[in-house]
Formats: sequence, structure tokens, C-alpha cells
Amino acid sequence: MTPIANYFGIVAEFRDADELVEASRQAHAAGYREVEAYSPLPVEGLAEAIGFHRSRMPLVVLIGGIVGFAGGWALQYYAAAIAYPLNIGGRPLNSWPSFIPVVFEMTVLFAALSAVLGMLAMNGLPRPHHPLFAIPQFDRATQDRFFLCILARDPAFHPQTTRQFLERLRPVEIIDVPQ
Amino acid sequence: MASDFDNTSRDEEHGAEDRRHEPLLDRAHTMSSVTDKIASIVLARRLKRGWMVGLAISFALTMLLFLSVAWLFAKGVGIWGINIPVGWGFAIVNFVWWVGIGHAGTLISAILLLLHQEWRTSINRFAEAMTLFAVACAGLFPLLHLGRPQFFYWMVPYPNTMGVWPQFRSPLIWDFFAVGTYATVSLLFWYVGLIPDLATLRDRSKRRFPQIVYGILAMGWRGAARHWKRYQDAYVLLAALATPLVVSVHSVVSFDFATSIVPGWHSTIFPPYFVAGAIYSGFAMVLTIAIPLRAAYGLHDFVTDRHLDNMAKVMLASGLIVAYGYLTETFIAWYSGHEAEWYAMENRFVGPYAPLYWLLLLCNIVIPQALWSVGVRRNVYALFALSLVINVGMWLERFIIVVTSLHRDYLPSAWATYYPTVWDWSTYVGTIGLFTALMFLFIRFLPMISIFEMRELVEEAQNDSR
Repeated sequence: MTPIANYFGIVAEFRDADELVEASRQAHAAGYREVEAYSPLPVEGLAEAIGFHRSRMPLVVLIGGIVGFAGGWALQYYAAAIAYPLNIGGRPLNSWPSFIPVVFEMTVLFAALSAVLGMLAMNGLPRPHHPLFAIPQFDRATQDRFFLCILARDPAFHPQTTRQFLERLRPVEIIDVPQ
Repeated sequence: MASDFDNTSRDEEHGAEDRRHEPLLDRAHTMSSVTDKIASIVLARRLKRGWMVGLAISFALTMLLFLSVAWLFAKGVGIWGINIPVGWGFAIVNFVWWVGIGHAGTLISAILLLLHQEWRTSINRFAEAMTLFAVACAGLFPLLHLGRPQFFYWMVPYPNTMGVWPQFRSPLIWDFFAVGTYATVSLLFWYVGLIPDLATLRDRSKRRFPQIVYGILAMGWRGAARHWKRYQDAYVLLAALATPLVVSVHSVVSFDFATSIVPGWHSTIFPPYFVAGAIYSGFAMVLTIAIPLRAAYGLHDFVTDRHLDNMAKVMLASGLIVAYGYLTETFIAWYSGHEAEWYAMENRFVGPYAPLYWLLLLCNIVIPQALWSVGVRRNVYALFALSLVINVGMWLERFIIVVTSLHRDYLPSAWATYYPTVWDWSTYVGTIGLFTALMFLFIRFLPMISIFEMRELVEEAQNDSR
């Protein structure tokens, strides 16, 4: 058996989404906190089952949108009223109604960029390699199988007891994941 | 709004069975089978003969585009038929036409997602690709139309040694920001949607090279629950952002016309009527692509007749809004009592371009009324023909708007007519080649249907049957 220092975790393979949600719930109830569930499709309630309730994405997007709004406004005010003022028949330099389209587009652009970049950054992506990629069975995590991984860094993790716990959940297979 | 897209009509052939329950996906499909079916199109080593021929033709037309652009850069815009007063010509006609086509992709992927229209799932991916490629074609034209295209970057606001800044009160700068944002957000939306499928391709491919390429593009996606949660939140937020964006883009395009004082352009109906026209032509293009694609790759299980039927209904509805736009435009021109305004309309009815105007009404309003019939909506040949007719009609609409208004405005001494030259045509046909070439490459190298969203449909079907 692999010495404990070299474990990434132990992963259990399941046939469908309901089994995975149930297993995740039980792992959480058994006190495991460093748990991750993997599925080929988004499963409702799965993130909540492992104790992840709020993604904080809306806040990131809101901040991005506000930055875009303020930036778009400041850019146009600076260009039209400070850096390059054009006197067109005495009309006001800060002609805000005609700034609205660009302000709107900048708001959407920055909000969208922060949604995508924020999602990737918070997910720790791009990440070219991951210990689970070394497990041949894990290829099916992006196709038709469901996996629950209890990480070795969990204080409650123990090679034998964790394995016994996972066996009670009746998975298809249990695999040790080396670091 | 949601009920417009619902199938509430009764199915005559199946008696009392409601068409709403006609499955979007065959119940025999499992997660493995949908994954297999879609991914194998991309991972197969063999190239289909039809694909090779199609790409070869598209590539030849793309070369024609490059030739036309090279000649344009060498000689200047004088090789086109544009003159004063008709300074806009084909370049702007094609720009508006291509941007409009792109709108259906965003509508399908964003608005129908927010409205929980599940039938969008099997068509959103290639509709988004269509958006991206159409916007790429559209973006070329204003740049080519610049007398000095090498200075296109002057539209970007940046501190420069000349000490000048873009004119933010000009609709052309609004256009630059709107189309630029639209292209960026469409790309992001499309790419984010692709990430889980790229991971599937990475894990399914047996050869080293595709594993590396798809592996890099998938960025290490592994379907973790926390990742999915952030992913879905980000995706819905992107959809919510793309929805007002898509409306703003064609509105801003219409401002290019509506904020001027040219008779026939200076009209408040322009933004809504341009947006409806964009959706109309976009859905026509989606059908033009979907019908042959479905036949060539045997995707009848995923793109069902119900999908085509729904798209036809959206087309019919948006077509009626467009018809209302034409009607209002004409009525206001008459009701305004403004001589130049009414003359612009009269000139459309009986002037030198009148045959094109009547052809436009035939293509956009008269012929599409056939879509009221279930028989037509369920007949792929009829739908395909209709989609081509509407594509032509919408192109004619933009031609009529651009050319008839410009060629006779207030000053009769400045009147002239515009005739496209061979270079106008070759540039236009060339962008069609570029568009189809990109589509052919896309269907060969990326999954044309969203695999993970099809898995969700499988999951829901299983839960329903339990």
C-alpha cells in the first residue's frame, strides 16, 4: 500500500448522479470536509451536498460591471471635455446623452470579462495537470461516470478507515490516488 | 414571451397528443451514447468526401476575398461602384446583413436559456459559432470601407502623439464599441460553453496530438462540483449580459442611419425594426445551416423536426414585426407631410430600384406567410427554400435602405445611381466563402452540439420516466 504521505486522496466511482449526491451527503455528514465530487454534467444539489453553497460569481460580475461603467464614463469625459474639447456651436462638452451607448457597451464588456476570468481564476484554471488525471478510470468523469474524492489533506482522512467508509457507499470501484 | 416559443398547437396526426410532449431526444439515448455520437464526429480520423468538397469550394471563395481585398488595398475604394452621394454601397449593406445574421446565435444561446427553452440545447453551439463567424465577416466591411484602412486603430481611444481622441458623439464610434463588445462577448460565451466538451474530447481521444491540443484548450477541466457551480453561475450571468447586448448592437447599427437627417433613415422605428430583422435573418441562416448539417451527419435524433418547427415559428413572428416596421415607416413618411420623406418612399415604390423593393416585400413578407402552415414547417425542403428566400430578402432590405435613401436626397442636382462592380460582388461572395470555410472547420474540429447539455437532457428524461 502507498505510504500516507504520498496520497492525494481516495476516489470512489459511481454509476449515476443520484448515487453521487447521496454519497457526497454521507461523506459530509461523516465529518469529511476536504471532499470533491466530479460529474460529466452539472448536478443540482451536488455542490451543496459537499458544503459549497455560494459561488460569489454575482459579486465578481457586479464589480466588473461597475468598473466598466465608471471607466467608460471617465474615458469619454476625459476625451471629450478635458483632452480634446471641441466647441460645436456652444454645445456642452460633457454631452452625456451621447455617451450612453459606449458606457453601456463598456459595462457589459467588463462584466462579461470578469464573469469568465473570475470563474476561471476561482476554479484554479487553467491547470494543465492534476493528480486525478493519472487515474485511467477518471477519463470517464467527463463522459458518463460520477466520482467522489476524499482528499488526503482532510484531517479525518485515514487510508484504511476512509476506504472502509467509501466501501459502505457501494461504489463501482475504489481507487487510491497518488500525489 | 415564453409562450411564443411553446408548441401549443395540437398534433393532427397523433390525435390528442400534444406536440409539447414530442421528445427533444430519443428516450433510448444514454449519456454514453450521446457523448459517443457527437464526439466521434470530431475524433474520427477519416475525412468525409462531402466535407472536403465543401471546404475546397469555400476555400476557393476565401481566396477570392483575399484577392479582392488585395486589389482594394492597391487601388482604393474607387474599384467599387460607390460615388457621391452613394458613399456607402455594398460595404455597409453587407456589414448590416452579416451583423444581423449573428443575432440569432446569441438569441438562441442567451435569451432561450434564460427562458428555459430546452429545445435550444442541440442548436445553440453551432448557432453561436455562426454568430462568431458572421460577426467576423461583418467586421471586415467597415474596415475595408475606410479610405485608409491602415489607420483603423485610430478608432481606439488611446493617448497618442497627435493629441486627438475619437469623437464619442458619433454613431460610428458607438458602432465600433458595440460590435467590438459583441464579438468579444460572443467569443467568451462560446468558449465557456465549449470547456466541458473540450475536456470530454481530451479524455476520449486516443492519439497524443489531439490529447495535447484539446487538453490545453480544456484548461484542466475535470467536472468538479465546485467548478460546475461557479461555471453555471457565470454562464447564466453571461446570458443575462448578452441579452441586452444583442438588442443594443443592432440598435446601435440602426443609429448609424437613424441619427442622420437623410430622408428614409431619420426614423425612431429603426432600432426595434432592425433588431427584429436581425433575428429574422439570423434564424433563416440557422435553418440554412442546420438542415444540410443534420442530413450530412445523421443528427435527426438531436435536431428533430420539432426544433425546425420552433425555429420556423420564431421566424414567422419576427418576420411579422419586420412587416410592421415597413408599414410604420411608410405610414410615418406619408403622415409627416414632409415632402422629402414622402419622396424617399415614392422613390422606393416606383424609382430606379423599385423592382428590388417589390422583390424584398415578396421575399420578406409574402412568401414567408407559408410558415403559418404546419405542413410547410415540417417539410425540410420547403423550410430550406424559405430560409434562403428570407436571407435574400433581408439582404435586399439593407440594400434598399442604404442605396435608395442616399441616391436621391434633398438636392436633385446631387442625385446619382449606384451600380455594384465586379469587385463589390467578389468581396461579398468572398465573405460568404470565408463564413462557410470557418463553419466547415468548426464542424470538423469542435463538437457542433453541446455534449454536456445533451447529457443533462438525458438525465432529465430519465428522471421524468422514473
